[in-house]
Amino acid sequence: MRVMAQVAMVMTLDKCIGCHTCSVTCKQAWTNRAGTEYVWFNNVETRPGQGYPRRYEDQETWKGGWELNKRGNLKLKSGGKLKKLAQLFASPVQPELKDYYEPWTYDYENLVNAPAGDDFPVARPKSLITGEDTKVEWSANWDDDLGGATEMGHLDPIIQKLHKEANDRIKFEFEQTFMFYLPRLCEHCLNPSCMASCPSGAIYKRAEDGIVLVDQDQCRGWRQCVTGCPYKKIYYNHKSGKAEKCTFCYPRIEVGIPTVCAETCVGRMRYIGIFLYDADKVTQAAATPNEQDLYEAQLDLMLDPNDPEVVAAARQEGIPEDWLDAARKSPVYALAKTLRVALPLHPEYRTMPMVWYVPPLSPIVDLLKEQGHDGEDPENLFGAIESLRIPVEYLAELFTAGDTELVTDVLRKLAAMRAYMRNITLGDAPDESIAEAVGMTGAEIKQMYRLMAIAKYDERYVIPTAHVEDAHNLEEIGCSLDVDGGPGMGQTGVFGEASGRPMPVAVENFQALRSRQMGEDPTGNEQLAGRVNLLNWDGNGSPDGLFPARNREDADSLSTTSRDPWTRPDHDTAGSDGGR
Amino acid sequence: MNILDTLLWGVLPYVVMAVLIGGLIWRYKYDQFGWTTRSSQLYESRMLRIASPLFHFGILAVLVGHIVGLVIPKSWTEAVGMSEQAYHFLALSIGTVAGVGTLVGIVMLIVRRRRTGPVFMATTGNDKFMYVMLLGAILAGLATTVLAVFDPNSVDYRVTVSPWFRSLWILQPDVGAMAAASTSFHIHVLWGMALFAIWPFTRLVHAFTAPLHYLFRPYIVYRTRGSSPRTGSAPVRRGWEPIGTQDRDSGRRRTRPPREHSGSTRVK
Repeated sequence: MRVMAQVAMVMTLDKCIGCHTCSVTCKQAWTNRAGTEYVWFNNVETRPGQGYPRRYEDQETWKGGWELNKRGNLKLKSGGKLKKLAQLFASPVQPELKDYYEPWTYDYENLVNAPAGDDFPVARPKSLITGEDTKVEWSANWDDDLGGATEMGHLDPIIQKLHKEANDRIKFEFEQTFMFYLPRLCEHCLNPSCMASCPSGAIYKRAEDGIVLVDQDQCRGWRQCVTGCPYKKIYYNHKSGKAEKCTFCYPRIEVGIPTVCAETCVGRMRYIGIFLYDADKVTQAAATPNEQDLYEAQLDLMLDPNDPEVVAAARQEGIPEDWLDAARKSPVYALAKTLRVALPLHPEYRTMPMVWYVPPLSPIVDLLKEQGHDGEDPENLFGAIESLRIPVEYLAELFTAGDTELVTDVLRKLAAMRAYMRNITLGDAPDESIAEAVGMTGAEIKQMYRLMAIAKYDERYVIPTAHVEDAHNLEEIGCSLDVDGGPGMGQTGVFGEASGRPMPVAVENFQALRSRQMGEDPTGNEQLAGRVNLLNWDGNGSPDGLFPARNREDADSLSTTSRDPWTRPDHDTAGSDGGR
Repeated sequence: MNILDTLLWGVLPYVVMAVLIGGLIWRYKYDQFGWTTRSSQLYESRMLRIASPLFHFGILAVLVGHIVGLVIPKSWTEAVGMSEQAYHFLALSIGTVAGVGTLVGIVMLIVRRRRTGPVFMATTGNDKFMYVMLLGAILAGLATTVLAVFDPNSVDYRVTVSPWFRSLWILQPDVGAMAAASTSFHIHVLWGMALFAIWPFTRLVHAFTAPLHYLFRPYIVYRTRGSSPRTGSAPVRRGWEPIGTQDRDSGRRRTRPPREHSGSTRVK
């Protein structure tokens, strides 16, 4: 047994309102640079829908992920190593810009500069690729909220996969439609096929926290990873010629704060915590013959942090005590393994994805109420799950490789929680039979309710910090996106914008984020010798150091007023969490 | 043998080698981030799918042909009983197929680059210069081959260019042999040397990181923190090691943690 720690995320889809805040904040933080205009590390898809890039789930076309060869061993779906090298000069199944979309901006200048005339000036769309006038025809969420579903709904690869019976029930007529949102980011898989596809070996998994990163120095732009990833969550920066992907906001995770997408989630639907898993068994688990057993195999990899044997093995591997502690409190472990309500996205790709989803229990209560039933009566609820507007078959294709029973089990648990908690809220005695009907205990239901309904910031995000004695080693193992006007504003080298050695981003961020996280003043005024890092400034107030002192005397007078936060006694910050 | 010959065939090759090797080392150290294929497949792939493999496989075959022609002495092939005619027929037929494939490939690539809007937008001045040099070297090479076929008086490169090439590696350049070759060979060799001299400073560098090690590496890559302690992100330079003593158990240096890192490790 080789115990390793993995940072993972769970999303409870019932709470996603499809506001795209996660996508926008992520883009502002990571991909607002030239070359990454079309890159969405995080995107929110309306399902049914084609997803982003279009129809990425159709692996017969895109050849992402793993499959089993005749001897039952894992093999990249796009071919073995020799075949990959032979295809290096023109990757045969790489998505093109038309599969993503042609990024554009608007000619806003025309609105103020147009000469006076009878017509209102307009801001025409301009392609960010060619710089010419363009016709906007597609985007990362063009089919948002079922836009165009009557025409294009059948293009959803899942819909095409489902048998006719279920298809009859997936109606795109207005009154019978269903939809839900699926936010997606890199899965930070245990068995990543992007990594296996990389000829240069530039993609790596951090042994400390399992975050999958691209070494920007080692990447040579062979772009095999784009083909390899079945989720199409690795992108080619067409300006720098390097692959880029979601970093799980590693500079934030290292100091114990959640990713940008999770931090800004309006619905508070995201949970971040760590898993302990057995790294030795990953390949074996990914090679499970029956696709529908992959979920169970993946769950078996997750080790119980309360098991003394596991703890001993983890200590032997040098996993620090506070990480073990965090593993015990991990909300993702509770949702995925203890309560078994979180499911992996497309386990049949055999990559062992580490972003999990609690499937949506569509507006079932209201539906039953409209029909004149008691919407929260367990009998009615359980019976109605089979006839949900979101067909169980559809969810099963997404989360369990088509095993409807697993999805139904989860949905029944969610329904049972509502029924069980209603009795308590109404002051009645809790009905243990409801819990037993779904194979749970009352205590487990209460735990699930606590996690899903009222968990506060520090319960939703249990993230152990990277160890300070290791911090300067962890930062910049090789990944940094701080080039070309990027987050760290690196310099340009002699070969133009893509060249030169990237500047380290982590040193400053580590300190600045940490001081903001722990300081009294949300602007972090006391730190950085009175200067403000604009990249970390959230527009909150007007911090003193926004305009740094010009001469020495000013600087001196500033430094006398600032205090050293590291020597200051800790103060209670629990109160400030309540508002999150 | 005059001074010009000595400079061109006795000195210049070593200058080019120094620039090539020095340039590669310098770029590897200084500009790993710029070391990429700069693929434009994202913009256009219909034409690339044909042209790029045609060019790349063609140029690899040309490379093999050059190595065989330059490295294997004439006496060796004669020793195994291969006649002059047979050798030249083989070299010419395979070489022409590879050369024409390469030429068609690169012309298609250049046409694609010029005519596809986004690809042309992504073309730098450096790229344009590189294309001129690369296309020029290929054309000069093909011209040399064609001229050699139709000119009955042409000098056999296997008694001129090849001995000179081999002599370079034992640091005793046979300037006279190279000087005796025909002008077309002189032009091709000079152009080739110019191409090698600019190689490290163009996108051509990607050829030097052809990912052959992919065949031998495991699929899943874990990276852990390095074993040597570092302050900040820059590696410690010789003479600037922090104060401390060698840790006998781990072989690591124990040092006092930097002050800014010594605060409490409270988990939020």
